[in-house]
Amino acid sequence: MLSIILSRLGQATFVLLLVALVSFSMFRFVGDPASNMLGQEASQAEREALKDRIGLNDPLPVQYARFVGNALQGDFGLSYRTREPVADMIASRLPATLELALVSALMALTMGVLLGVYTAINRNGWLAQMIMSTSLVGVSLPTFLIGVLLIWVFAVELSWLPSFGRSGTVDIGGWTTGLLTLDGWKSLVLPAVTLGLYQMTLIMRLVRAEMMEVLRQDFIKFARARGLSERRVQFGHALKNTLVPVITVAGLQLGSIVAFAIITESVFQWPGVGLMFINAVYYVDIPVMSAYLLLVGLVFVVINLIVDLLYLAIDPRIKSKQVGAGS
Amino acid sequence: MPRNQIAAAILAAAVIAPLASAETLRWARSGDSLTLDPHAQNEGTTHTVAHQIYEPLLHRDMAGQIVPALATSWATVPGNPNVWRFTLREGVTFHGGEAFTADDVVFSIKRAKMESSDMKGLLTSVKDVRAVDDLTVDIETNGANPLLINNLTNLFIMDRGWSEANDSATPQDFAAGETSFAAANTNGTGAFQLVSRTPDERTVFKANPNYWGKGQFPLEVTEIIFTPIQSAATRVAALLSGEVDFVQDVPVQDLGRVDSADGLKVVKAAQNRVIFFGMNQGKADLETDSVEGANPFADRRVREAMNIAINREAIQKVVMRGQSDPTGVIMPPFVNGWTAELGAIPANDLNKAKSLMADAGYGDGFSVTLNCPNDRYINDEAICQAFVGMMGQIGITVNLDSKPKAQHFPTIQNQTTEFYMLGWGVPTFDSHYIFNFLVHSREGDRGPWNNTGYSNADVDSMIVSLESETDLAVRDATIGKIWNQVQQDIVYLPVHNQVLNWSMANNVAFDVQPEDQPHFKYLSFQ
Repeated sequence: MLSIILSRLGQATFVLLLVALVSFSMFRFVGDPASNMLGQEASQAEREALKDRIGLNDPLPVQYARFVGNALQGDFGLSYRTREPVADMIASRLPATLELALVSALMALTMGVLLGVYTAINRNGWLAQMIMSTSLVGVSLPTFLIGVLLIWVFAVELSWLPSFGRSGTVDIGGWTTGLLTLDGWKSLVLPAVTLGLYQMTLIMRLVRAEMMEVLRQDFIKFARARGLSERRVQFGHALKNTLVPVITVAGLQLGSIVAFAIITESVFQWPGVGLMFINAVYYVDIPVMSAYLLLVGLVFVVINLIVDLLYLAIDPRIKSKQVGAGS
Repeated sequence: MPRNQIAAAILAAAVIAPLASAETLRWARSGDSLTLDPHAQNEGTTHTVAHQIYEPLLHRDMAGQIVPALATSWATVPGNPNVWRFTLREGVTFHGGEAFTADDVVFSIKRAKMESSDMKGLLTSVKDVRAVDDLTVDIETNGANPLLINNLTNLFIMDRGWSEANDSATPQDFAAGETSFAAANTNGTGAFQLVSRTPDERTVFKANPNYWGKGQFPLEVTEIIFTPIQSAATRVAALLSGEVDFVQDVPVQDLGRVDSADGLKVVKAAQNRVIFFGMNQGKADLETDSVEGANPFADRRVREAMNIAINREAIQKVVMRGQSDPTGVIMPPFVNGWTAELGAIPANDLNKAKSLMADAGYGDGFSVTLNCPNDRYINDEAICQAFVGMMGQIGITVNLDSKPKAQHFPTIQNQTTEFYMLGWGVPTFDSHYIFNFLVHSREGDRGPWNNTGYSNADVDSMIVSLESETDLAVRDATIGKIWNQVQQDIVYLPVHNQVLNWSMANNVAFDVQPEDQPHFKYLSFQ
């Protein structure tokens, strides 16, 4: 276990350095920040002077080395747009994104697994057929359209839920949470459904396919022959054996939920890091963009590590292989 | 029924929720203020928020006219046109209770002139600021500057004691990695004071109980809740569902729906922003065109052919859904120097355009690349697409290259584009601002946005003469002469002035301000 974590940490550092390098080599194509930062009255000389002062005229390797050096000390610089420290900006916006991602991932996982098992067992039932056809909507409609449709139905037409923003937040030691108030939950519902719908349908279809595969295998027949209850066969034996691929996919999807909350956050004006990133792109806010990309890289690395550790817990064969290879 | 039709049917079924209570105004627009430091950013939305909290000596009211704010009167000192004297308003206090005096004005203008200030470009002519007594301030300029007050309409006054006590005596020097107290805290004299602010999320203001303007302005709003909502569809939904009362930027394609919705109205007015195309007529040879060894734009006949090939009414009707004001000059109508004759649009005449092209030797046409922004002006990319089709009718094959503004504007500033779209607002409401940035030869600090290669020594010297001419009749005559030359030479191809559409609840009575700057002290409820 320890060796896995250590080797993963080494890989993680390498991945993050690479992410920083790739993003730095892209930044010169996204535009000229000085043109946004100074008003239309600024002269070319003033723009050049500003670029000199913030180091944008230095060669790329110098800029990269400076960024990595500062980042190692936890200093991500000041945002070009808001002129606040980037680390503070991320810290104040991260709770919104993480809560949104976790709620929608939990929703996607529970609903996905339950519906997947149901549709696998009652493969020919009319309800299962209907669930399967509606799930096509979830995989085929783009996120922003789902978001706008939900806003129109639930905010404009029915006036049940707010169309934008995150209200009812409570500050607990620097972490703002919207999970403690009714208002907070109300504003969370639509973005969470929008963000999780695709993952839910994906997990449901995966669980269904895996379940149907497993249910055909011999050990299920033997379990039934031993007279085990149908519920025990389905959940204790069949579902457990479908979980390894499901966890892999769900884990990676959690990463993309965090990383690609950008669209959902901008549709619902959800004040998270995704909205912060999209603003940074419009404004060519290089310090914010680079810190955000590093953060997303970090999220993926951590999630992959957790997924690997979960494998060990679920499938002991992997552990014995690791031990075998190590000895 | 295809999916998008189902969606449209659901969208069309929108209904309206009840209105807000009569004192709180919930206001939304696409962007947020960048900082609360009033001198750190020279940007529209940042100024809008600052105008509620802070005040300049004088400002533009809802009709765009300059009216007194913290100064009650101003004039040049008799016999010395280089010194402007301002008489300050008596009995004004800052939100923190400090008295407003001449010392605060001197401090604030000097602060706005510092290296780390973004407002310094508007104060280059200011040589010195002096307090004559507690309620009189002199501003001395380098040479006479008859238009100094036009540059002071967004120049906010801070309290000296408060700024110095909070390490905010200089605007944030962010390049040096400094953070700033004044960027997140305020102490102004304005009609509203800051209650709370979370950047990009929510800013709350409440009425200033000690405001000097009581009885002079409606001051009916007691609380403002400002939320930036970037997504246009969400902004419209929030308005239709009654979650906000006032939206500055509803997209033109949704205006009809908002206006016909119960409880909502749309109020329009011409905006101080003109949209036009520029082309490099000064280069010997263009890099992006198909003509070898010559620059087709250098031929006036080609420029005239292009100018009369633009069907401005069609752009207004089809692309802008009626929400634009076609023009024949690159100047919004409120600007000093505008005449109906200059603003008249050239008749659209394809036959004449084709024969001009043939006369110029381009009867078979040529091809060229057009750079266009796609996130800056109202329907900017769609205007360019329509323009490409119109140029095709006279044989000019235009390759359209649309980019976000962050990439588009540097191509103009760095002179890497040869044919481009640009929009221009005139904060001073005077033609000199247009000439200095767009017409004067590009040399030194002048002509930084003139990427046409146009250079006319006579015009240049007339432009410079405007800066110190104190006889306004002579000055206006010179402005007229410069415009005639610019129109004669067809330096730019004007398209239209943008129209502002403010959408609001029916019980809100509010005029549209031509600079897109709502001053909520003027707002009343019906």
